[in-house]
Amino acid sequence: MEVARFWRTTGQRYQLTGEICPNCGNKIFPPRDVCPTCEHEAKTAYTFSGKGEVYSYSTIHAAPEGFEKYVPYTVALVRLQEGPLITAQLTDVDTHEVKVGMPVEMVTRVLREDGERGMLVYGYKFRPAVASPR
Amino acid sequence: MRDVSIIGIGQVEVGEHWDKSLRELGYYALNAAMRDACIQHIDSLYVGNMLSGELTGQEHIGSIIADFAGLRGVEAVKIEAACGSGAAALRMGYIAVAGGMSDFVACMGVEKMTDRQGNTVTSALAMAADGDYEALHGLSFVSINALLMRRYMHEHGYTKDDFAPFAINAHANAVNNPYAMFHNPITRKQFTESKMIADPVSLLDSSPIADGAACVILAPTAIAREFTEKPVRVRASAIATDSVAVHDRRDPLFLEGGAISAQKAYSAAGVGPADMDLFEVHDAFTIMSALSLEAAGFASRGKGVALAQEGQIMPGGRIPITTMGGLKARGHPVGATGMYQLVELATQLRGEAGKSQLANARLGMAQNIGGSGATVVTTILESSF
Repeated sequence: MEVARFWRTTGQRYQLTGEICPNCGNKIFPPRDVCPTCEHEAKTAYTFSGKGEVYSYSTIHAAPEGFEKYVPYTVALVRLQEGPLITAQLTDVDTHEVKVGMPVEMVTRVLREDGERGMLVYGYKFRPAVASPR
Repeated sequence: MRDVSIIGIGQVEVGEHWDKSLRELGYYALNAAMRDACIQHIDSLYVGNMLSGELTGQEHIGSIIADFAGLRGVEAVKIEAACGSGAAALRMGYIAVAGGMSDFVACMGVEKMTDRQGNTVTSALAMAADGDYEALHGLSFVSINALLMRRYMHEHGYTKDDFAPFAINAHANAVNNPYAMFHNPITRKQFTESKMIADPVSLLDSSPIADGAACVILAPTAIAREFTEKPVRVRASAIATDSVAVHDRRDPLFLEGGAISAQKAYSAAGVGPADMDLFEVHDAFTIMSALSLEAAGFASRGKGVALAQEGQIMPGGRIPITTMGGLKARGHPVGATGMYQLVELATQLRGEAGKSQLANARLGMAQNIGGSGATVVTTILESSF
């Protein structure tokens, strides 16, 4: 991954920073600057809670370059509590236990390594939701 | 606007062409189409291709192929819309001829994939997805289709085995297509037991990567008869888009781009799904067949798989699909696929499909899909002889 591309997307990858539309209140992730619902300009930052549930999932057995050593790994579409769908890997879970509708929460993990001397790319993954301490 | 017809078609066998380069494949298809149309000259060449730069280290292939084919000087450009590149090239040629800018236009699709290793091709194909928000997270293109298939099964109550008729029909229809990659019929048992790629998508849900090239020659309908006894009219050619990332779709299980492009095409041709004698569907994965049938109005929401289970997609059914093998069994050289669909559709409409020939094939449609639905090209062709 290129350094500049890594740097300019850290907000969304580390903190789930998206946007909220000042016109219709739609919450947007990933950030896209124009509301897909009402087409109004939407540049107001909004940080998502990271809570959601599994909308769909798949376990990958044949990986793209750079992900071979993680096989098998499970990817998912997660419906965030605030509305948008997000694509991410699931972690800390046995593949066979994943179900549509399972509550999950965002954590920060290594997404990939670009070789021994390359960058470690960190970003969001989702794990089964842990009950919050009292 | 001028009425446009296909006056020539050409294709090379889909397969692993280790002895042929991208430019050779393109030239063979172009040459075959020009011979079929009995012409020595074209005004322009539109080359549909997705991955020449990434997989063969060669961009600028419009000029490369024109020059290699002995057409130096001609207008030639590459058209790219992921797996929708082939039919997108036809759309560009259609605009040129219909608009009166060119009289003889070659529209080609070409792709060279098998020189490279599997994971390199897997990464290259993932470029049809959203780089920052899908591919960066390790999603392969197969897995994106798997997410759609899982959700479809969940919402509509199907099992994985319910998708078998799509693959079985495609393989059965490829047996007599000399240009198809596979000529082996498959059984339900083979489908059920096939190797898992990205759960629930297994090998026999998936189309194979391949090399290939296909080409058509367009000309004004008014002069088409001077070059062929069997002109095939382009009744409509329409492109529509949707978000590249599945998570950005209003409803991931509805191909909005597919519905919009189909409606545009129906409206331009003044016909509807009930008028179609056949439908070449973009069956990159079995789930895509179901979603495309639904978006184009051949089945209601959630009923695409049921239509296949009832046998209505087979020759003699209500809407035969993948009549020459489809992406699944003819093979899926990504940027060339859309043009193979159109060459096959024209072959059926000319009555030249041999043992694969449908009894009544006068009006047909093809839907070529880029990515998981971000670009959808719908083309309607009709026999006019």
